[in-house]
Amino acid sequence: MTQHATLLTPGTLADTAAARVTVTAAPGRLSLRARGDLSALETALGIALPGKIGGRTQENGIEALCLGPDEWVLLTAPENVAAVAAAGASVYDAHPHSLVDISGRETTVAIDGPRAVDLMTLGLARDPATIAVGAGRRTFFDGQTVVLWRDAETKFRLDVWHSFAPHMLGLLQTGCRELAAETL
Amino acid sequence: MLLIHCPYCDETLPEVEFTYAGEAHIVRPENPSAVTDEEWESFLFLRDNVKGNHYERWRHFHGCGRYFNAVRNTITDKFLTTYEAGAPRPSIESLTEKGK
Ligand SMILES: [Zn+2]
Repeated sequence: MTQHATLLTPGTLADTAAARVTVTAAPGRLSLRARGDLSALETALGIALPGKIGGRTQENGIEALCLGPDEWVLLTAPENVAAVAAAGASVYDAHPHSLVDISGRETTVAIDGPRAVDLMTLGLARDPATIAVGAGRRTFFDGQTVVLWRDAETKFRLDVWHSFAPHMLGLLQTGCRELAAETL
Repeated sequence: MLLIHCPYCDETLPEVEFTYAGEAHIVRPENPSAVTDEEWESFLFLRDNVKGNHYERWRHFHGCGRYFNAVRNTITDKFLTTYEAGAPRPSIESLTEKGK
């Protein structure tokens, strides 16, 4: 059984020759569900939404990842969440949608280092190579749903619901030590 | 582990990202109060339990979240195809020809 990590507040959880695992400061996070012609919504939010599942865009202080055919997650600064929600509300009558502040729901962990990809394979069911740099996915990591962002070849972010975070962080912590102990 | 093609993500992915959701193309009666108890029982509970090519629902639970349909052979466990929810039921002939 994996040891549970005790650190859930921002800070470095593990830092070895293999990889570094850091709990990031909590971003503002919104869940967007919308269908049909999105142009009015995109204009109001100030961001072109990625059309393909796994695609990402970034504009005007908002980062968007397409999770499903009609679903996106938006990241922004915590102080900007209210403004984004209000921008969506301003076009609600013409284009009904759902835009919900989910900032309180998830822990984000950043992973980087030379063996970050190997660390991902500890929990990821799919091949990390199928997720391109600059893309992301909602996927499965050691029994939990996670939103994965691949920021560079060896740089990832994982968003996981708070209640699952101690388990996942514990696994990543152990993995960091194990990979560093390996002689290649 | 099975590899399943999600028609929404257009990717072939490990089974653990998916959940099974029973037989496909079960139509809920338009007006439940107009059907007999037997018809309602059949809609709720009675399934074919096909040996062979089975039309079934799956959900890409740890992914795009969508329900979709699949044709899977229950003997070989091979998927003949997967298709979006709401799309017409493909004929077995069209699927087996494609497989040859
Ligand atoms: Zn999918």
